[in-house]
Amino acid sequence: MSIDDAVPISDESRFGGSQSVGLVETNYFTFAEPPNEMELECGQKLGPITLAYETYGTLSPQRDNAVLIVHALSGEAHVAGYHTPEDRKPGWWDIVIGPGKAFDTTKYFVICANILGGCKGSTGPSSVHPATGRPYGLAFPVVTISDMVRAQSVLVDHLGIRRLLTVVGGSMGGFQVLEWAVRYPDRVASAIPIATSARLSAQGIAFNEVGRQAIMADPNWLGGDYYGRAVPQAGLAIARMIGHITYLSDEQMHAKFGRRLQDRREFGYDFKTEFEVESYLKYQGDSFVRRFDANSYLYITKSMDYFDLPARYGSLVRALEHVKAEFLVLSISSDWLFPTYQAKEIVKALKASGVPTTFLELNSPYGHDAFLLPNEPLAATITGFLANVQRRVREGDETRTPPS
Amino acid sequence: MTTSRRKRPTQVRLDYELIESLVPDGAKVLDLGCGDGQLLGDLIEHKGCDGRGIEIDEKAVQSCIERGVPVYHGDMVEGLGFYRDDQFDVVILSQTLQQTMNPPEVIREMLRVGRRAIISFPNFGHWAVRLQLLVAGRMPHNRMLPHHWYNTPNVHFCTVKDFREFCARQKLKRVREIFLTARYRRIRRFLANWRAGIAIFQIERAADV
Repeated sequence: MSIDDAVPISDESRFGGSQSVGLVETNYFTFAEPPNEMELECGQKLGPITLAYETYGTLSPQRDNAVLIVHALSGEAHVAGYHTPEDRKPGWWDIVIGPGKAFDTTKYFVICANILGGCKGSTGPSSVHPATGRPYGLAFPVVTISDMVRAQSVLVDHLGIRRLLTVVGGSMGGFQVLEWAVRYPDRVASAIPIATSARLSAQGIAFNEVGRQAIMADPNWLGGDYYGRAVPQAGLAIARMIGHITYLSDEQMHAKFGRRLQDRREFGYDFKTEFEVESYLKYQGDSFVRRFDANSYLYITKSMDYFDLPARYGSLVRALEHVKAEFLVLSISSDWLFPTYQAKEIVKALKASGVPTTFLELNSPYGHDAFLLPNEPLAATITGFLANVQRRVREGDETRTPPS
Repeated sequence: MTTSRRKRPTQVRLDYELIESLVPDGAKVLDLGCGDGQLLGDLIEHKGCDGRGIEIDEKAVQSCIERGVPVYHGDMVEGLGFYRDDQFDVVILSQTLQQTMNPPEVIREMLRVGRRAIISFPNFGHWAVRLQLLVAGRMPHNRMLPHHWYNTPNVHFCTVKDFREFCARQKLKRVREIFLTARYRRIRRFLANWRAGIAIFQIERAADV
């Protein structure tokens, strides 16, 4: 979920390194032009829709090596490599994408698109409303995880891909992974949901709502109509700070900051930023404001709140009973935003449906965001899983034996 | 099962081979405590089985994933609970019975999710075990039982005789019994409770249960 903190600048992944995809660029695909707008889950129509996306590697002649990476709340299409040689950091999941990495771009064709409702090149509340010529603001319809995935499927069609080798994503990306497997059983050979759940918990909704309230309480928010004026910086920064706390863990915060003070040795007996942890969160909030739209934050968190597969299908088992993908479900031991028991609920339903499922709880102290950090077991697990999926797909015997 | 059929030059234990021979081609198999997935991988590869595993060790789970064996990382009883009745043809518990906290529950669950169970365990009635306790007056410690009393994961040892009795009491049908020495050589049933280092039982629910 967090990007600023998560991307390490390791020597081997530096621009030009042998394990980097190198210089990349963002592409744009526009569809659902009026009068053929896309009908959204909320009943409203939306169009035209633009998706910003990046691809790395080469699509095989059989078109059977495509990997779709779906991002979380604050992610974007730029998932690996660098846009310019001067870029300080690579894309947000560069640690697993590139030659020789888990999503080996010499073997796989990697796709990542900014979600519908986002603010990184895809159509969202900061995009221009064709009817008014001004940014949508709150006139933008509320989009859901299903809407995002349906938009992605149009992009995948456009790229000429019938069936994805895998769909992978963490956190809210995991929602999209599940949605893909449920909605398009014939288009997904495998699925890798990470640190996620089949429905957002009450706790998750609660944190999202606090973030939204912070944004909407900012006097600069102006009912969402702040474009061209001062943005609701303070509100969005607080939302980000709250979110960021939920992506970490008690243990890691203690190890990283403890009770240390920032730039001072004694208490100031005032309300300036004193503790290192305060300074860190403030930095996270401030840098987020520079790259993220407050209204997108409202819309995307709302789409998370609405996500509930069991409710939509009556039960999770029924939601998953037509799934044809094989699953690798990963959770993180110290994740308290999407605790392991939520991943196990998915696993249980998959097993009851006879879906070949592998489940692994990764042991890590870094909390929810651990999947974005360098993690050798995570990389090795994905590498091994994907190699076997591709072998089975190519052998053509990936057909699942349904339980009798 | 002959060694020549194997594509991978892995060292295969005779107990694995024997268990493999008890599993029909194409069977749906669940292996409890599947370790690095060797047995399951072989069943999938050689017999076209639809295999699943449960394993608690993270590193072992990763080996399973590399082999392409679908595996659940976690507790055996919890993992068993995820499956529906009769979802498997065969459920395997290889050399792990003695490490389970509640063997009757595990076996009951095995025969709930599967029609047939294959259970192998080290025989505590083996003559060397008896001698060590009787003559040396010490807890058995040998090839089959490599742990010391203070670090052993084994909490529920039994003998061949104990297990037969257990099956009778639980109304379980013993379909096959296979015995190996501690050095993995196959032996006949004669004095098995003295001679066997490892016992392999194939059991099923009694027809009237």
